Amino acid sequence: MVTPKMSARGVRAFFGASEALKGIDMDIAPRQVTAVIGPSGCGKSTFVRCLNRMHEVTPGARVTGSVTLEGEDIYGPGVNPVQVRRRVGMVFQKPNPFPTMTIRENVLAGPRLQGLKVADPDRVVEGALRGAALWDEVKDALGRTGVHLSGGQQQRLCIARALALEPEVLLMDEPCSALDPIATARVEELIVQLRERYTIVIVTHNMQQAARVADTTAFFYLGDLVEHTPTDTIFTRPRDRRTEDYITGRFG
Amino acid sequence: MSNPLPTPVPRAEGGLQATSDPYGAERAFRAIALLALVLPLCLLAILFGEALYQAVPRLSWEFLTGFPSRRPEEAGILPALAGTTGLMLLVAVIALPIGVSAAIYLEEYAPDSWVTRLIEINISNLAGVPSILYGLLGLELFVRAMQLDRSLIAGALTLSLLLLPMVILASREALRTVPRHLREAAYALGADRWSTIRTVVLPLALPGVLTGVILSLARAIGETAPLITIGALTYVAFLPTSVSSSFTALPIQIFNWVSRPQAGFHVAAAAGIVVLLTVMLILNASAIWLRARLQRRVSW
Repeated sequence: MVTPKMSARGVRAFFGASEALKGIDMDIAPRQVTAVIGPSGCGKSTFVRCLNRMHEVTPGARVTGSVTLEGEDIYGPGVNPVQVRRRVGMVFQKPNPFPTMTIRENVLAGPRLQGLKVADPDRVVEGALRGAALWDEVKDALGRTGVHLSGGQQQRLCIARALALEPEVLLMDEPCSALDPIATARVEELIVQLRERYTIVIVTHNMQQAARVADTTAFFYLGDLVEHTPTDTIFTRPRDRRTEDYITGRFG
Repeated sequence: MSNPLPTPVPRAEGGLQATSDPYGAERAFRAIALLALVLPLCLLAILFGEALYQAVPRLSWEFLTGFPSRRPEEAGILPALAGTTGLMLLVAVIALPIGVSAAIYLEEYAPDSWVTRLIEINISNLAGVPSILYGLLGLELFVRAMQLDRSLIAGALTLSLLLLPMVILASREALRTVPRHLREAAYALGADRWSTIRTVVLPLALPGVLTGVILSLARAIGETAPLITIGALTYVAFLPTSVSSSFTALPIQIFNWVSRPQAGFHVAAAAGIVVLLTVMLILNASAIWLRARLQRRVSW
């Protein structure tokens, strides 16, 4: 087995007193797509938010355990969460381009928010938008705000915005749940392309989506990781009864 | 079955045809609500119309550019207009940065503790404190302790104190309307809190903040009691040349004219009221215009 890009060990996450994750051990392989599935409230979104220290942004939320990125604990003493998030990018469920900014400014928002000077902004904008398969659709409208784009285009703009920082890992929290099937297909194609360069973790409600894009799939249930295996195995020969019940639609 | 369906509610006679007017209560309420809206508007219109009617003989360029005089037909309003303008500019410069900063701290940084809640409650309370108390505070603090004398800056500081709670409340309200998912988007891009506020939150909250500030200014423009308390003069035959000049303001000038026995001064007061109301309406209109303009740019 190759060295994992990220490893979670004994990750427990809390919202106030309630425990959303009950000790997760999971490895994320480099340059692969890892899908996280499970019924609502199983902790799958919470888990990916622990991978870039976004969980703790919610008031009253905290995390214990360790998550390593290339062997380094992102919850270690002295680690700045801001640095973690530069290396582990995130795309959210609802497309959230910044409404006060143009398309171009949105793509460059990451470096700007970090106070970094971009040497060749035009190249970064084009590269990120090409990476998100959006360039051809918006190249003549870079100076307009992103709010006029369709939902699917907005979501790809958000992906471009994350790519502009050249992250090592890209977390996607149900990135297609607000999109129609055509836009979903485009984002899925994009995910398969991005796999060449990035390590991707995608949370999804949609098991067909996991089957289409993911190399391995992890099933979460009630705050536990039930099983994590290659995607074809989990859908054809699930080891655990709960996994089988979920993927055959008996609950969830 | 062990779980029988509930018995259906018997259908009203006449099917879908209403037997009596089912919307009677709603119509009555709508009429009352409309009346509650129209009545104060009518009163305002009558007041404004009356003042305007009385003021007509005095409303002229000479009135706007003239200095106060013992002869009512020559009395002008320029020093008061200049004083009010200077006051408003100074108050905006003082209260806007302090108020917005305080709102940012309370909304974005302050921990959710009892101290914070105590401060919040007291800001709301301060917004309701009678303005004459601010005048007494200003007299003691700015005029006497800080020895600013009866100057424009003392007046502006006093009015700023009066306005700060309102500016803070309005700014917090505006900051709160910025959706959480946009802050999260910024954090996920590796932004720290301050750059998130500066780059994402403030531009979105700006229309609301500015509207709140302008509306507070429009209210402060008519404040008389605190200015009288700190001793703004009523007879000023010169224009304020610096922030330490003594000054007068529109409401004080009006107050002074109204309390004179000569009928001619009452006409001057009416003209002063028209000027004051016009300035206030311009401020309110600019608040609406600014908000509409900024919001068109920022829609989501």
